[in-house]
Amino acid sequence: MPLVRIPNPLRPYVNGQAEVAVSGATVGEAMDDLMRQFPAFRPHLYKTDGSLRAFVNLFVAGRNVRDLQGLATPVEKETAIHLVPSIAGG
Amino acid sequence: MCPDLSHEEILRYSRHLLIPEVGLEGQRKLKSASVLVVGSGGLGSPAALYLAAAGVGHLGLVDYDVVDASNLQRQIIHGTATVGRRKVESARSRLLDLNPHIEVEIFDEPFTSANAQRIADAFQVIVDGSDNFPTRYLTNDLCVLSGKPNVYGAVFRFDGQASVFDARRGPCYRCLFPEPPPPGLVPSCADAGVLGILPGTIGTIQATEALKLLLGIGTSLIGKLMLYNALDMSFEYVALKKNPRCKVCGEQPEITGLIDYEAFCGVPGMFHNEESAGSEWDLEARQLAERLRRGEPLLLLDVREPHELQISHLEGAVNIPLGELAGRLSELDSTSEIVLFCKVGSRSRRALELLSSAGFRRLKHLKGGINAWAREVDPRLPVY
Repeated sequence: MPLVRIPNPLRPYVNGQAEVAVSGATVGEAMDDLMRQFPAFRPHLYKTDGSLRAFVNLFVAGRNVRDLQGLATPVEKETAIHLVPSIAGG
Repeated sequence: MCPDLSHEEILRYSRHLLIPEVGLEGQRKLKSASVLVVGSGGLGSPAALYLAAAGVGHLGLVDYDVVDASNLQRQIIHGTATVGRRKVESARSRLLDLNPHIEVEIFDEPFTSANAQRIADAFQVIVDGSDNFPTRYLTNDLCVLSGKPNVYGAVFRFDGQASVFDARRGPCYRCLFPEPPPPGLVPSCADAGVLGILPGTIGTIQATEALKLLLGIGTSLIGKLMLYNALDMSFEYVALKKNPRCKVCGEQPEITGLIDYEAFCGVPGMFHNEESAGSEWDLEARQLAERLRRGEPLLLLDVREPHELQISHLEGAVNIPLGELAGRLSELDSTSEIVLFCKVGSRSRRALELLSSAGFRRLKHLKGGINAWAREVDPRLPVY
């Protein structure tokens, strides 16, 4: 199953896990499955129109899915989807 | 024309002069170079210290804060002796002690749209060591609009990020993050904590990148975002591309001058202070103590993380961390009066908004949090 890697600031929304196994053949399907598993996470990551919020980036194999096929970017069983939010601490 | 080095400077920088990539020419270039470090905190401390030690001739420091004892776990440019002093003054004395051959210019003021251009004007490279989203967007836009590199670093608990944003040669911060997170989603280090060494690691990487830019050596982090995790001791890199639709550096930019960054980020202004902002929901620590003494039936709701209760707690309080509150509303009686509290009042304010929008009406929030309670009511409790 593809894995979504969750950074520290967003772990409270997935019961503290660093990685969540998800199902799906595309980044979009994998993220939908993540939202099914953690419905309270959805409003934080998605706008009401269903688009991903602009402070979050999804990377697959080191590349931003925005620069690939967006949410239609295919994922395989071993793919890690890296969720990278903006952080501001200094 | 780069300045000559004195005999004292040649001795001081001897280990640099031995590296062919720096050498005498490089060291003279550093002496004529200038870097503005935004923020004299966790990231600004190591960045400014190493840039000063390296011999960057003109350093600028901008910060409007005062050194607090709780800064010293990570802000190593300051010391116990400078607690209570202006941060930029404390930092300047330390830097000039480390290297008296440089000039340190200080700006003891908030970095805002009104003064950013004036402050940054004389500097070649900007190091973003700020601790909030409005200043990060301001620093980015300023760098894009004035054609300067923005050496970026940010930290949270055990996670760090670093990059170099130079819109002339690659993406900017807005290309990666067009908008900030909704207010309150990503907590600040004051609320969530940060491993003290983490900004040391990231700030040192920022200093390295700034130095490489000044010397024109190596491969910079332009077009790459470095992701560091101290728990896993992992360094990963992801590729960043310029966003043609970026509002500040894209093909048809909408932002052509500095804007109101507090409004853009949906956060209160720089001088907003949880302790001074008044609202009908606020309950002073002394008022709460008096109401509890009279035996009023108040539900004390502590929205901090469970491990914080080991530092201080209020007798009889129920603990539901802010992150869990939305899913645990059924545990609360909406008819009883609820007094929310956290460490200093920022999380309880967000909890109040959440409960209020869920239909709870009898709500108060302890102004200044349990720290205010410790200061004003029960000095047996520590302030943290």
